Amino acid sequence: MAFPADYRYTREHEWIKVDGNQATIGITDYAQNSLGDIVFVELPKVGDELSAGKTFGSVESVKAVSDLYAPASGKVVAINQDLTTAPEKINSDAHGSWMVRIQLKDGGEVSKLLSAEDYDKFVKEEGGQ
Amino acid sequence: MGAKMVDFGGWDMPVEYSGLISEHMAVRTGVGVFDVSHMGDILIRGPESFAAVQHISMNDASRLQQGQAHYSALLYPEGTFVDDVIVHKLGENDYLLVINAGTREKDVNWVRQNVRGFRCHADDLSDYYTQLAIQGPRAAEVLRKLTNADLSTIKNYWFTYGTVCGLPNTMIARTGYTGEDGFEIYIPSDEPTSRRVWTEVLEAGKEFGILPCGLGARNTLRLESKMALYDHEISDKINVWEADLGRYCKMEKSDFIGRAALEKAKVEGLKRILVGLEMIERGIGRDGYKVFSESGEEIGYISSGSPAPFLKKNIALAYVPPSHSQIGNVVLVEVRSQKVKAQVVPTPFYKRPKNKG
Repeated sequence: MAFPADYRYTREHEWIKVDGNQATIGITDYAQNSLGDIVFVELPKVGDELSAGKTFGSVESVKAVSDLYAPASGKVVAINQDLTTAPEKINSDAHGSWMVRIQLKDGGEVSKLLSAEDYDKFVKEEGGQ
Repeated sequence: MGAKMVDFGGWDMPVEYSGLISEHMAVRTGVGVFDVSHMGDILIRGPESFAAVQHISMNDASRLQQGQAHYSALLYPEGTFVDDVIVHKLGENDYLLVINAGTREKDVNWVRQNVRGFRCHADDLSDYYTQLAIQGPRAAEVLRKLTNADLSTIKNYWFTYGTVCGLPNTMIARTGYTGEDGFEIYIPSDEPTSRRVWTEVLEAGKEFGILPCGLGARNTLRLESKMALYDHEISDKINVWEADLGRYCKMEKSDFIGRAALEKAKVEGLKRILVGLEMIERGIGRDGYKVFSESGEEIGYISSGSPAPFLKKNIALAYVPPSHSQIGNVVLVEVRSQKVKAQVVPTPFYKRPKNKG
C-alpha cells in the first residue's frame, strides 16, 4: 500500500494533512484494512479542542472498536458528516476520507510525526510483513 | 487466499477472507464455506456407549435414531457447562460428539473420566478429520455437484455417508452454526486432501457466488441466530436455565451429571437469564459491556454483542435478572463512557425462511 508522501502519520495509524494553518485527519489504509468493514464512526463536535496524543473519537468495525488519537492539537473547524452515514467510505478510500479538520495550534507538532517512508517501515514491522 | 489470521483456541484461524460483511451476506443469501477443522471430535463406542452418553449429556440420546444428531451439552455437577456438543448417533453402540476447539483438551479429559463406569471407549478423533461447513440457502446445490449422496433425503440434523470429491463414505451432516441451511462434511485431515476438497468446493460454488468465510462471519451469523459460544453465553459459571437452553435438557430421562443441581436451581428460581437486546440509540454493545436498568442500577452484562450484518441492527445477547427480561423492557448499555439505550427483543434475532428440503 502506498502512503501519500505529503501526509504525516502516527504510530496509532492516523494520518494528518496540513493545509496552511489548518489540517485534516483520518486513519490510514493499513488501519482500515486491519479493522475490516467499518460500520460506525464517533467524531467530536465543531468547536471541540483536540489535544495531541489524546483520543478524540472512535471508529468501529463489525468486530472491533478502535480509539482515534489526535496527531496534533487544535480546534475542530469541520467534521466529515458523510462518514456518519457512510462509514464504509473509509474502507474504500482511507487516505481520501478525512474525519475532522482542525485549526492547528502548533505546526511544530506535525513535524515530529512519522513521514510516509517511516510509517511504511513501521507498519511492515508491526504487521510482520 | 489473503486471509487475516488470528489465534483461536490454539489454532491459526482466518478471521476473514474478502470481508466480514460480504461473507456474512453470502451465507444468508447464497452460500459460504468455512474450514471448521478446529472443532473436536470424540467417538464413544462400546456396548454401554448409549448409557455413557445419557450419563454425560443433558439431551435424551434415546430419541436419536441411527443417522440422526442433536444439540446437547456436557455439564458439571453444578449444572453449569463443560461444553455444548452435537451428538451424532453413528450406530447402536457408536456416538460421535462434536465439541469446541478452545475446550477440546478439557472436554476429552472430562469425557474419559466420566464414562469410566461404562463399558465403552472414548477416543479423541479430532486430528483425523478436516471439517468443512458449506452453509447458506444454496449450499445443497453446491454440494450436489460434488457427491453421489441424495441430499434431499437428509433432514435437518441428520447425516449420511456418500462419496464427496471422490472420497468414499464421507460423513455428510445437515448441521451448522450459522442459522442457515447447510452441511458439514468430515474428510481426512491430511493437507493435500483438505486443500483439494476446499478448492473443489470453491470451484463448484463459483456459479452461486460462494465465498470462503472466516471466524468473524461465523461469529456474527451464530449471534443473529442466538447460538451459544463457549465462555460467552455458556461457561462453568452459567447453568442451563440461565442460558435459556432448557429445551435441550431432558430432566425426565435417566439421571445425568448436573441434573440434581438443575432440579434445585429450578426450585430456587433464576437470578439471571439470557436475553436478546437491540440497541435503540446510536452505539454498539459489545462482549463484556455492562448493562444498567433505566434507573441506573447495574443489572448485568453483554455476553456477545455486535453489529448484525444481515439485520442491519446492533444486537447483543445479555445476562439480566428475570425482572428485566420482558420483551420491550428498556435497559442501558455502557458503551465506553456513555449509557446507550437498548431494548429486550424476541430471539433468535434472525430465523431463516422455511427449508425447501
